[in-house]
Amino acid sequence: MSTISREEVAHLARLARLEVTDDELDAFAGQLDVILESMKTLGEVDTEGVEPTSHAVPLVNVFREDRPQPSLPRDAVLAGGPDTAEGRFRVPRILDEEA
Amino acid sequence: MTKLNTYEAAVAAYEPVLGLETHIELDTNTKMFCGCATAFGAEPNTQVCPVCLALPGALPVANKAAVEATIKIGLALNCRIAEWTRFARKNYFYPDMPKNFQTSQYEEPLCEDGFVEVVVDGESHRIEIERVHLEEDTGKTLHVGGAAGRIHGATESLVDYNRAGIPLVEIVTRPIPGTGALAPEVARAYATELRDIVRSLGVSDVRMEQGSMRCDVNVSLNKPGEEWGTRTETKNVNSLRSVERSVRYEVRRQSALLDAGEKILQETRHFHEATGETSPGRSKEEATDYRYFPEPDLAVMEPSREWVEELRASLPEPPRKRRERLQAEWGLGDKEMQSVVNADAVGLIESTIAAGASASGAVKWWLGELSRRANESGVELGSLAIAPAQVAELQGMVEDGRLNDKLARQVIDGVLAGEGGPAEVAAARGLEVVSDTGALETAVDEAIAANPDVAEKIRGGKHAAAGALIGAVMKATKGQADAGTVRQIILDKLS
Amino acid sequence: MRIIDKTAAELAADIREGRLTSVEVTTAFLDRIDAVDGTVRAFLHVDREGALATAREVDAAVAAGEETSPLAGVPIAVKDVVVTKGLPTTASSKILEGWIPPYDATIAERLKAAKMPILGKTNLDEFAMGSSTEYSAYGPTVNPWDTGRIPGGSGGGSAAAVAAKMAPLAIGTDTGGSIRQPGAVTGTFGAKPTYGSNSRYGLIAFSSSLDTPGPVSRNALDAALLHEVISGHDPRDSTSIDAPVPPVAEAARLGATGDLAGVRLGVVKEFAEGADGAEPGVLEAYRAGVEQLVKLGAQIVEVSCPSFAYALPTYYLIAPSEASSNLARYDGVRYGLRAGDDGERGLEEVMSLTREAGFGPEVKRRIILGTYALSAGYVDAFYGKAQKVRTLIKRDFEAAFERCDALISPTTPFTAFAFGERTGDPYQMYLADLYTIPANLYGGPGVSVPVGLSEGMPVGLQVMGPVMGDDITYRVAAALETTQEPLLADTAPEISASPRFTAFGEDGK
Repeated sequence: MSTISREEVAHLARLARLEVTDDELDAFAGQLDVILESMKTLGEVDTEGVEPTSHAVPLVNVFREDRPQPSLPRDAVLAGGPDTAEGRFRVPRILDEEA
Repeated sequence: MTKLNTYEAAVAAYEPVLGLETHIELDTNTKMFCGCATAFGAEPNTQVCPVCLALPGALPVANKAAVEATIKIGLALNCRIAEWTRFARKNYFYPDMPKNFQTSQYEEPLCEDGFVEVVVDGESHRIEIERVHLEEDTGKTLHVGGAAGRIHGATESLVDYNRAGIPLVEIVTRPIPGTGALAPEVARAYATELRDIVRSLGVSDVRMEQGSMRCDVNVSLNKPGEEWGTRTETKNVNSLRSVERSVRYEVRRQSALLDAGEKILQETRHFHEATGETSPGRSKEEATDYRYFPEPDLAVMEPSREWVEELRASLPEPPRKRRERLQAEWGLGDKEMQSVVNADAVGLIESTIAAGASASGAVKWWLGELSRRANESGVELGSLAIAPAQVAELQGMVEDGRLNDKLARQVIDGVLAGEGGPAEVAAARGLEVVSDTGALETAVDEAIAANPDVAEKIRGGKHAAAGALIGAVMKATKGQADAGTVRQIILDKLS
Repeated sequence: MRIIDKTAAELAADIREGRLTSVEVTTAFLDRIDAVDGTVRAFLHVDREGALATAREVDAAVAAGEETSPLAGVPIAVKDVVVTKGLPTTASSKILEGWIPPYDATIAERLKAAKMPILGKTNLDEFAMGSSTEYSAYGPTVNPWDTGRIPGGSGGGSAAAVAAKMAPLAIGTDTGGSIRQPGAVTGTFGAKPTYGSNSRYGLIAFSSSLDTPGPVSRNALDAALLHEVISGHDPRDSTSIDAPVPPVAEAARLGATGDLAGVRLGVVKEFAEGADGAEPGVLEAYRAGVEQLVKLGAQIVEVSCPSFAYALPTYYLIAPSEASSNLARYDGVRYGLRAGDDGERGLEEVMSLTREAGFGPEVKRRIILGTYALSAGYVDAFYGKAQKVRTLIKRDFEAAFERCDALISPTTPFTAFAFGERTGDPYQMYLADLYTIPANLYGGPGVSVPVGLSEGMPVGLQVMGPVMGDDITYRVAAALETTQEPLLADTAPEISASPRFTAFGEDGK
């Protein structure tokens, strides 16, 4: 496991849709470095043949019957929306100009 | 202007390798992870709830009927059904995907390692199915301000989440080499067979034009003996014809590039129905790291072997067996049946026969005149504006002698134009065969009088010459005479 | 004795038997909020009208001689990470400022069905990420024991509300210790039930495989009663356990007899060894508590759980990974904040600006860390490895429970620290969860019960049980309480209505 660079943090921030400032980049890179260093100890642990745990209390075959339930009334759906039009959620253009 | 080779030149120099990824929208009553209704055509955002809207705090619960449908599809495709399988999160940002991750399957899909056999030009091709898995559909985005509602140039978009969360089954083939020049037909045959299989299971409408079946077509080219080339993925393929056309276009386009020494870009392309061409789509997707991890909000699935066998026993007659049965019932040869299949006319013919036509009559019309018209207009046979029952009626009228083939074709004109059923159109346009022998005799007399030399030859025993007189009578009756009857009258009069 | 000095069990009985009305009780707590919350700042939103309306309903039912639920009429505060229909729910984040949910969490529905007046929503570290409530976007909550110190986190608001007697009960959530650690540093009782025994439907998700709602109270019996109200299978949560709720109230009452004969309590060797990191005062109070448990008849067994040494890094890979995915939905499209939409910018930029403006530093750190741990090329070494070590931790618990009935430890290595002391170094903040994290990774229950003071600040003792063994944790905790006279909860310093404390970070009001 290697330390994390400023560029890597910037790349991750883009992936996660976070517009971080330069100051934040510096601070985060340093802080994450310390955290990741501490995780190096995990590399020491022998996990050969060990199955990963995704569920603390494993449940199996949890299903729902194919029966309709009431949906939310539309005004409740749209009420929280920052920008709605014609019963839909309005978003700014999806593609960048240069795409 | 994109440079294209001819198809013949392309396949002479290169071998195509295909891959098809198909998404099937299931017709369950409710969505994959919530109880919202799935009916098509509802007002925007009236079939959403905290779960499919991805409100803070919402959690998914898996729809058992969707899992069952997926297993049935897997079984019908000869897959192995996993004993242990789970959902995974596929993380990326897009406004039609409310959670900004799609709940899908990754390393442990429900079904794996199946196959489908298709026959093209007498050759059987076995198409390996890598996996069949279950996931959820996205919402629908309307793009505003761009050309023809497309995303390029749009200034804003409007999102409707009614479709978000509807169960989607993804079927992925292994790469398909060895199809050679028949690649487009094989691709289409596979998509058709897949559609027929899923339709027979009753788990989806599988209508490509409506989006309940979507095909992404992958094509790469390589010189014989060399490694497989870079593949492109073409989306927006909305009909079986388009599956074929998109393969054909990509083969022509890629071969021209390769001939010029250029590289093929690994990209997603968009198919254009009107022109049959592909153009580059959104280029961002390839670089995306989806950061898959097992979905912690859903339980692992362990389909019991008893359940799987129950479902296997409930499968209907596979389309292949059905076709074999119908071929025997209809008394068709292999080539002829294959033509029926290629024309996507099996169901149409079956319905036409059910409406009373003979097998040969039904086949004649659907494979003949109607296929010709469908090809000319560039539409699928099934979208012609004539119903199987009407074709049966038409054939009945021909067999009764009320119409001959030529008149029948004119009746078809009228039916396709929306003027009504065959009988109505024949009546309205005055197209029935003249059965009034008196009128026919009069017409024959006139023709004899106008062509004394021909009449003389016939009297002399040259009955073949009657053809000219028949022609004259047909012209005079605007084709509404039965040629056989006219011939008989001529011979009676002149012998 | 004032109304606000009574326990929830006492108030429930008073209301049921007509000695007090729910309106009187609820009003007393609402008045208390008015008097001291200006200083404590535990509440983000108080719903006076709603709470009194429920109180009136209860009083009418009691007067009509109707059957009422065990805690009917007893008011409660709810951590603002639980979605409540019609009441603002923010997860203490700017990104949900002003959001009014159109639905109720299952837990909220159960509280309403039990007719418990909901006093309001309490403060927390933003999106439940933190150990001090300093990361709330609306300003921190103070520890009623010392207003210059943190009340713990992420659920500092719920714990402080109970410690300052603004509510007899509260709902918290615990992902790595967010109920237990605030309980320990505020001298209150907090329980993290078995994962899956409480519905997460409507709980704003932080780390899906770890988040567990639970009771916050002044003593074990009160928490157990609340535990029985909110717990149980929920078909809307696929991780919800479909099994009867363990008899926790009965276990608390059994514990209150002060008899632990035959109970084997395991002490984790690796915690004791790593105790260099714990403050001496904490260890002293803890050990005194252990002695008391022995006097009650418990037998101490030393167990070795070697994987526990790796619990912290394991947690700090799994939780941020799940969080980075869970928080992707906050994008300014369907609800919450949208920033930077000036008509020129494209959607990707607007989303990024929205999330930049709406999320605080700790949340951003964890999102980036989680994105890293899941990314191609790193996922096997980080997230994948952590999930395997998690299995080892689980095995250690299972092996330990072959030899003991419950495990005990200090709840947290240090008492309440001062504001600003650990925000400069995130890793130092993470150390607060050292002893609480293993139980979350395992999924078993853990409670924190007050066990004394260290330099005037409360110390908590943690009891952990096997999965679905919540009852043993309540029994041991209730037994320990019999040795703590008076209960810390009864001796918290009286909060004076002093000027509002402006702490490290933004004063959101």
